[in-house]
Amino acid sequence: MKGTPAKLVTMDGNQAAAHIAYRASEVIAIYPITPASPMGEFADLWSAQDQRNIWGTTPRVVELQAEGGAAGAVHGALQSGALTTTFTASQGLLLMIPNMYKIAGELTPAVFHIAARSLAAQALSIFGDHSDVMAARASGWGMLFSNSVQEVMDQALISHAATLDTRVPFLHIFDGFRTSHELQKITMVPDEVIEALLSPERIREHRARKLTPDAPVLRGTAQNPDVYFQARESVNPYYQSTPERVQSIMDRFAELTGRAYRLFDYVGHPEAERVIVLMGSGAEAVQEAVEFMADQGEKVGAVKVRLFRPFSSEHLLAAIPETARKVAVLDRTKEPGSAGEPLYQDIMTAFAEVASERTMPTIVGGRYGLSSKEFTPAMVKAIFDNLSADRPRNHFTIGINDDVSGTSLPWDPSFSTEPENVNKAVFWGLGSDGTVGANKNSIKIIGEGTDLYAQGYFVYDSKKAGARTISHLRFGPEPIHSTYLIQEADFVAVHQFGFLERYDTLAMAREGATFLLNSPFGPDEVWDRLPRTVQETIISKNLSFHILDAYKVARDVGLGVRINTVMQAAFFHLSGILPSDEATERIKDYIRKTYGKRGEAVVQKNNAAVDAALDHLHVVKVPSKASSSIDLRPPVPAAAPDFIQNVTAAMIAGHGDDLPVSMLPVDGTYPTATTKWEKRNIALEIPEWDADLCIQCGKCVMVCPHSVIRANLVGEAELATAPEEFKSAKATWRGYDDARYVLQVSPEDCTGCKLCVEVCPAKDKSRVGHKALDMVDQRPILEREQRNWEFFESIPPFRENLGGDGAQAPSLPFTKVKDVQLLQPLFEFSSACAGCGETPYLKLLTQLFGDRMVVANATGCSSIYGGNLPTTPWSQNAAGRGPAWSNSLFEDNAEFGLGMRVALDKQVEYAHELLPSVIGPNDDVESILKADQESPEAIDRQRDRIDAIKKQLKGIHSPAARDLESVIDSLVRKSVWIIGGDGWAYDIGFGGLDHVLASGRNVKVLVLDTEVYSNTGGQASKATSLGAVAKFAAGGKATPKKDLGMIAVGYGYVYVAQVALGANDNHVIKALREAEEYDGPALVIAYSHCIAHGIDMSKGLQQQALANSSGYWPLYRFDPRRKEEGLNPFQLDSKRPSTKLADYIYNENRYNILRKTAPGIAESFLGQAQKFVDEKWARYEALAGTPSGDGGGPAGPQSPPKPGPQRPAGLNPKAVRPKGMPPGGLKRSPGSS
Amino acid sequence: MKLNTNYLGLNLTSPIVPSASPLSENIDTIRAMEDYGAGAVVMYSLFEEQIEHESHELDHYLSLGTDSFAEGLSYFPEMDTYKTGPDRYLEQIRLAREAVDIPIIASLNGASPGGWTNHARLMEQAGASAIELNLYHIPADINVSGEQIEKRYLAVVNLVREAVNIPVAVKLSPYFSATAHFANELCKVGASGLVLFNRFYQPDLDIYRLEVTPRLQLSSPADLRLPLRWIAMLYGRVPADLALTSGVRTYEDVIKGLMAGASVVMVASELLRNGPSRIQDMLDAMDLWLEDYQYDSVEQMQGSMSQIHVADPEAFERANYMKVLKSWRDDPMGASI
Repeated sequence: MKGTPAKLVTMDGNQAAAHIAYRASEVIAIYPITPASPMGEFADLWSAQDQRNIWGTTPRVVELQAEGGAAGAVHGALQSGALTTTFTASQGLLLMIPNMYKIAGELTPAVFHIAARSLAAQALSIFGDHSDVMAARASGWGMLFSNSVQEVMDQALISHAATLDTRVPFLHIFDGFRTSHELQKITMVPDEVIEALLSPERIREHRARKLTPDAPVLRGTAQNPDVYFQARESVNPYYQSTPERVQSIMDRFAELTGRAYRLFDYVGHPEAERVIVLMGSGAEAVQEAVEFMADQGEKVGAVKVRLFRPFSSEHLLAAIPETARKVAVLDRTKEPGSAGEPLYQDIMTAFAEVASERTMPTIVGGRYGLSSKEFTPAMVKAIFDNLSADRPRNHFTIGINDDVSGTSLPWDPSFSTEPENVNKAVFWGLGSDGTVGANKNSIKIIGEGTDLYAQGYFVYDSKKAGARTISHLRFGPEPIHSTYLIQEADFVAVHQFGFLERYDTLAMAREGATFLLNSPFGPDEVWDRLPRTVQETIISKNLSFHILDAYKVARDVGLGVRINTVMQAAFFHLSGILPSDEATERIKDYIRKTYGKRGEAVVQKNNAAVDAALDHLHVVKVPSKASSSIDLRPPVPAAAPDFIQNVTAAMIAGHGDDLPVSMLPVDGTYPTATTKWEKRNIALEIPEWDADLCIQCGKCVMVCPHSVIRANLVGEAELATAPEEFKSAKATWRGYDDARYVLQVSPEDCTGCKLCVEVCPAKDKSRVGHKALDMVDQRPILEREQRNWEFFESIPPFRENLGGDGAQAPSLPFTKVKDVQLLQPLFEFSSACAGCGETPYLKLLTQLFGDRMVVANATGCSSIYGGNLPTTPWSQNAAGRGPAWSNSLFEDNAEFGLGMRVALDKQVEYAHELLPSVIGPNDDVESILKADQESPEAIDRQRDRIDAIKKQLKGIHSPAARDLESVIDSLVRKSVWIIGGDGWAYDIGFGGLDHVLASGRNVKVLVLDTEVYSNTGGQASKATSLGAVAKFAAGGKATPKKDLGMIAVGYGYVYVAQVALGANDNHVIKALREAEEYDGPALVIAYSHCIAHGIDMSKGLQQQALANSSGYWPLYRFDPRRKEEGLNPFQLDSKRPSTKLADYIYNENRYNILRKTAPGIAESFLGQAQKFVDEKWARYEALAGTPSGDGGGPAGPQSPPKPGPQRPAGLNPKAVRPKGMPPGGLKRSPGSS
Repeated sequence: MKLNTNYLGLNLTSPIVPSASPLSENIDTIRAMEDYGAGAVVMYSLFEEQIEHESHELDHYLSLGTDSFAEGLSYFPEMDTYKTGPDRYLEQIRLAREAVDIPIIASLNGASPGGWTNHARLMEQAGASAIELNLYHIPADINVSGEQIEKRYLAVVNLVREAVNIPVAVKLSPYFSATAHFANELCKVGASGLVLFNRFYQPDLDIYRLEVTPRLQLSSPADLRLPLRWIAMLYGRVPADLALTSGVRTYEDVIKGLMAGASVVMVASELLRNGPSRIQDMLDAMDLWLEDYQYDSVEQMQGSMSQIHVADPEAFERANYMKVLKSWRDDPMGASI
């Protein structure tokens, strides 16, 4: 409101949108999806804190099980007259589309705020473009684009006002990450403006349309050919009037705030001849370039599209100067096979429709910025250059090198339009060192404490452990429009010394810039420790070089590895943005703001770090010549295959942007077994083995989340070529008396999580603090252990090397950890969080079944550490076999896996039909068809038989032979595993999971239950337990965890097990093997401790044990086959609870946090939760005590259904029958084997 | 019968005071203890380590994994306020103050001079009637002498004393070379009361898992003897009120404490075992006993069997040693050496 002092704040786009949405809504439906999740998190938190909307009442926030559900809930709330909103992106928006048609069709005012993101096509991407919203453009929703954080706040309000005024629902759209996560100093929209813009009359009209039995109406009818068409046309006047109405609201907004918007905003030369049209954050970069070029006299301009739907040709044409002769329309999306991307087509249509009245300019379309690909003024310049050509290239791309279709325009990266008066700083940090957090504070310190404008944007890699972060900070006297990464920084800080050898960290430093390095080496020593490239850059760019041992300062004041405030103090001191004393004062103010609520002690130690920082800051005298003998390390070893060298290595080194189109697989297919080439070397400490003390139990191998501890048995002779320091011990397996046991750590793949040391039971009897595994400093033993690891890898896998006495050694049953440790994992070196609770289960699966596994992986943590480029942990054995892995979506994973199973079954069936007819009935064929595939050895024999047939097939020239060649491998038993987290299994994918389990098909489901949506930052799922605080459950979850296992048990024919590695590791093996052997659907729910629990991750297994001993997580197996033996199928494999629930949960921050925020509620929840645990235990005990066959209880006898085609005879049920099961096994329908 | 007593300048309606224990974590239990006749309640302890540790722990877990991964930039909702150890503790004092009329004695546990002692002032502001300062420290450093430790303790008491206007009692261990001298020194720096003695929770060893297991063991009747002796010996010799704690299970134990010279007798293990109603049981029994033995008041018996008032003062000192050893033959169960 004019006269009201403008409040300046620093926030990102998500917060700006959430602020308006919250203030202007009564009901908010939420569901997590990157990058929109923070909007829902804000809403939930504010609601939990009882913050009010502008009408003085607290909006009610409800989490749904999926975006489809959220849209349904929104629809219902709207129909009931509430002002309702939601937030989403990408696939989430796609799931909302059906309801969006309904909401629009019913002319219902609503706003969805969208952090626009790429759609999963050849690959998922969490980053920003307009693919998602373009897929929704036909739904009848208004589409209003915001290009910057300020615009997000402004246009969020304009959207809410517009929808009420027009009855057309609105998508309010801003670019994922670039805008949703960019910090900017902006002017708040005051409540008075919100109130002034949201018409009370229109709100009352909306409420009057609600469904109520007091004035009943019918809505949502089914219509026939007679009226449907006319009814669809009945809304036209609303859409026709919308653009003018939106403009009116924008004008009113301008009156109130002074910030004016047009439906199509033009910037540039008033008589521009070349014009670019686009929408979204890229428009900011275009504006910057256009203003720069126009200042230089070039007749260029740009149209920033704000209202994309309903599209007003009239307003568009009015915005483009009549002088424009060439127009480039940029779309941040790709519509393969189209005549052109959506905005291009609309602009073409707009001009074509007035072709008789106005000279048609040359119009070309281009694509840019997919998945947050950088879009810079240099690229804008290239587009204008293209328009200068007599025949500008159409359907071009910019920002990539398309050497396949030749669509890409070249650009000159040196072209820069950044104002000289902007101070630019780049910080290289680790996720764990707090760099990003400190930089966010720096933005606020400068943004809110000075007249300067400030911008912060943060780039993360895709790793969860040892993640690298790069912060880009700009400060300047004018609003900052540079929606792209810093290219020439005035200040470069490298917070990790190790980065110098891995990345070209100084490439972004401008001539004469300041370089601050966190160095363990002093000012006299550091120069000789620098790689040669770094030395050369410092000299050639004349950098001012400063060092600081931030780890020492942080350690000394008790901050551990959090060096954030130390480096921040040095940055302010060196950058001179603020006077040093003032900077110190402001840093301390923000320390108090940020940490004060966590307690005075935290404030004090951070303040101490600030005070100590400058005492340790040194300037380094730079010699005139580079002298170093070390240099940047190659991203992958020379031994890596070509694809890894040429493609993967570029991504690892951070040069993926430079890869041309031709280098990338056309269908998104990538090799497996690639993490082994990406040696990240992130552990400061690694475990060291004491061979004499070791009892060879294998627990360390079993729990290692990153598969970096391996065990094997070798013959004495094989050790002859081992490095001198390579350790071994006499093997303790019966029959392997001559063998040596070897245990080896891969030093460069270890994350230092300590789970192995925690689980190691072997203590020195004279010095119990010393175990068979102790953590030791990595540096001093690195080279030695690298040699040892190399030798270990050269040892043949266990199965081909049965111990010291070869063939005489007995075959191991692999039912215990002791034996299983010897099997090669085919899941290794994942980028999961250090100490991850999920990955040990996956590794175990691959040890047991890896060479014949097909994996359907739900989106989530496991799909990210499993399938996020550049490398994958899913691996291969020496024969080149290993898990084949794919991810479809979040919501459909069970169905995806079922499809795999059905296809495999069909291939088996077809191979059975072809084999006798192509080869002829003979003993070889008969042995293939009736093969016993009970053991790995039997499966190998089957493979040999099939290889022999394949050789025969080469000599047979018939279509049937070729067909048989393509399907014969299916006759080796395959194991289909459907894997995902609780967000998938309990919530979004539950419907499908339920159906797939009910199908009776031979699919195996592994639920890695972390009890939250871990990947998106810990939002509550239905697996979240009573009283746990999570995002979307900021006040503590008020309902108990859903009992997924018992729902599946209810079918009676689904194998179900609940397991926890830390409670009983052999039980996990037993359950997984039984599940796999069972000829039907199986569900294994695995307790997975998680960083989102707020625990010491090295104690994850102890927490699992406590979860079990408290009765919270009972171990059980429900095996339908036992009914055939007259046994109770339900086996409760845990002892009665022996610890209190409180002793388990209060080791975890997710529970403790409620005691610190709402102790009374926490106490009440604890009481309820303990009662719930007691009751559940009693139910399980009763179930276990109910004899099978008596007809009672939920697990009573029930024949399995007859799933579609039965397993062909080649898969002999005997082969998958566990020991002790009667020959009849699972009852089969007639016609099956 | 007059059961009232005076402790730290506070007029208490009974000499039984529940000592620091988890019982005071619950306001309803505090209310019950008052109803059952407690003269005052000593709150559970706020530890020096707790004041800093909870804050650090909260900070650690809220920061863990943050700003590392684009999809999950944090793992917990960022709340407006958190109540760490001191906040909750102070709130509990306020609630207790509102809930009952008897004095609430706050318990502060630590051993080194530092900022944490300021919490005594916050306790006073929250409504505590007195501070019980528990000097709990394991003197394991071979380079630190007893004298140095005593100096440090006195400095801590001094800091707390200066921070507040309410009385300060000091709860100390029995392990001093010169207990009486040190007790007197404590009084010189401002201790208004001495609580004898705190019990170090001794760790146990698990010989199967080869682990040290911290295990809380409730006090036993045998634990009474040590404070009983020292109360008897210090009574009348140091200018401080005395409180006996450890091993009190029956009304007879309470009477012994009072007769030895305690102003109040503190009890926790017995209440943890059998509930706060034991206070009333003991008071009722005591009432009868006083009546049977024709005592008018608690005051009358207080210190009546202290060393300065008994006929045989040597009974509390070394001369008694031989006598006790000899008594083993006659009454092995009753001996405690």
